[in-house]
Amino acid sequence: MSEFYIYALTGGLLSSLGLLGFVFHQHLLRRLIAFNLMGSGCFLLLTGLSQSKQGVDPLPQALVLTGIVVAVAATALALVLIRRWYHLTGQTALPEDIQPLDSQHQKEPE
Amino acid sequence: MFDWLQNLPLLLPWLVILPLVWALLSLALGTHYRHWLAGLAIAALMLVNLGLVGQWLLEGDLTYALGGWEAPLGIQLRLDGLALALVGVTSLVITACALHASTYLDDYPRAQQYFWPLLAFIWASLNVIWLSADLFNLYVGLELLGLSAVGLVALTGQAEALGAALRYLYAALLGSLAYLLGVALIYSGYGQLDLLALAPLLQSDASTRLALALMTLGLLLKTAIFPLHSWLPPAHGKALPPVSALLSALVVKASFYILARLWLQTGTQVVVPSAAQMLGILGAGAIFWGGWMAWRQNELKMLVAYSTVAQLGYLMLMFPLAIGVSPAAAQLAWEGGWLHLIAHALAKAAMFLAAGNLVLAMRRPDLQGLHGVGRFLPFSLLGFGLAGVSIMGLPPSGGFMAKWLLLQSALLSGQWWWLLVLVAGSALSALYIFKVYQQCYVDDTEVDSFRHPSLWMDVSSILLAILAVGLGILSAWPQALIGSVLDGGAG
Repeated sequence: MSEFYIYALTGGLLSSLGLLGFVFHQHLLRRLIAFNLMGSGCFLLLTGLSQSKQGVDPLPQALVLTGIVVAVAATALALVLIRRWYHLTGQTALPEDIQPLDSQHQKEPE
Repeated sequence: MFDWLQNLPLLLPWLVILPLVWALLSLALGTHYRHWLAGLAIAALMLVNLGLVGQWLLEGDLTYALGGWEAPLGIQLRLDGLALALVGVTSLVITACALHASTYLDDYPRAQQYFWPLLAFIWASLNVIWLSADLFNLYVGLELLGLSAVGLVALTGQAEALGAALRYLYAALLGSLAYLLGVALIYSGYGQLDLLALAPLLQSDASTRLALALMTLGLLLKTAIFPLHSWLPPAHGKALPPVSALLSALVVKASFYILARLWLQTGTQVVVPSAAQMLGILGAGAIFWGGWMAWRQNELKMLVAYSTVAQLGYLMLMFPLAIGVSPAAAQLAWEGGWLHLIAHALAKAAMFLAAGNLVLAMRRPDLQGLHGVGRFLPFSLLGFGLAGVSIMGLPPSGGFMAKWLLLQSALLSGQWWWLLVLVAGSALSALYIFKVYQQCYVDDTEVDSFRHPSLWMDVSSILLAILAVGLGILSAWPQALIGSVLDGGAG
């Protein structure tokens, strides 16, 4: 078993952890951090898995570099939106019932 | 006499470069000259489109290796008939949306600053996706598209739009990571990312299946296929009308495009009919759930947004109708599915623009606000009415032709259950669209002062709607373009 599999395994573990956090947390910042964790896991997996054959393959590293840039851009956009959302509503999570139908349902029992 | 066309070798990359230049310039110049810049960029891109049509007719499929680096290492752009058709539709829809936005955004001076660069980024990333030939470039295109689309949803900066944008962003991010994981598995297995080169290599082993499943899951989430659709209605319903039109017409189609290329072109060795039937069942779920929810909505734009959920379901029917059947049936399903995508892009953009005009005119978003529109604003209603004809699938519209092809394919391969879904789905869409028409002709309103939408806003919607209806009559040409991709005998 190649040593590179350690990276791939860690990557898989990290991204599953991130996924769990992303799904089970409600706080927007926590979910954003979970997304970043998941992304890092993905990148480790991408480099680790494909290096295991023969020596160092430079292509995955170039891909991961691009991936990191994308992840940073996404994180920045999310932070701006979260900040503005917090200023406007005072909430740190999304209301799970954005659909307008629910407001009708709530009116009926009153 | 067409020699000069063949002597223009470098047209392909300009489809991506021009919108990017437009985006950067409009960021740098702010709101000055925004209309001139947009007009110039659109005119230039239209010329490039025309040139590419000529080149494609003369030379067949075009490829371009960026920076002179060939396939295994470099990034290739590839233009086949399908990509050409989609590039054309993208140009038409974006032009109409820009025309609409040029006067609609006068009420939103702050949004002006960001709308135009983001529109250009959307155009660039869509073209990247239509033209990309490798999995990772598609990922970059998807991310650029997703981030610009989220920015457009949040344009007004109001709480409702921000919430929708955040939800959209999180769904999009999750989807792209799932896709990226799949790409990682494919690369580690085959050391190759090129779609065409992968097609003969792929084997039906566990890791390839897992990779394909992960990519499919991510793309389904990004395409908002039932039951992963809950982010779509608020994002499309609460955005500004030209933005909603762009998102519903083009942005959700991009991830479907990748999914369809993966399943029907690259992964033909791996995909099995039972998995395709599963995708079809999701599509049927989308058609019924989306139609039912659209019928229950009380806000015009939310109704149109749920209609998008339903119409995306039809696209998924392409998989069961084209996988594991005779080549003739597969060909019909392929052409019908893509024709539906094009017809829906044109019709839904027209419908969202018209809905925006109606809401603007009546100054209220709900269906009751439409009372009397039929008498006072027939011109604004025309776009909605014509688009509705195509969405319902009445002859001779593009929607009808597409569903007709899908029906024939279902008959040919003996899958009668999809026939039922197609017919029932059309009936359901007729139900919610007639609900809107009916409200427009209720004559009990005391309101007699409307804000008349500007001419360009009505014209942009009506032009798109006429194209959607005319697509049925002139469907032979796009059909030939789309069909040319499969003529090799895949399926």
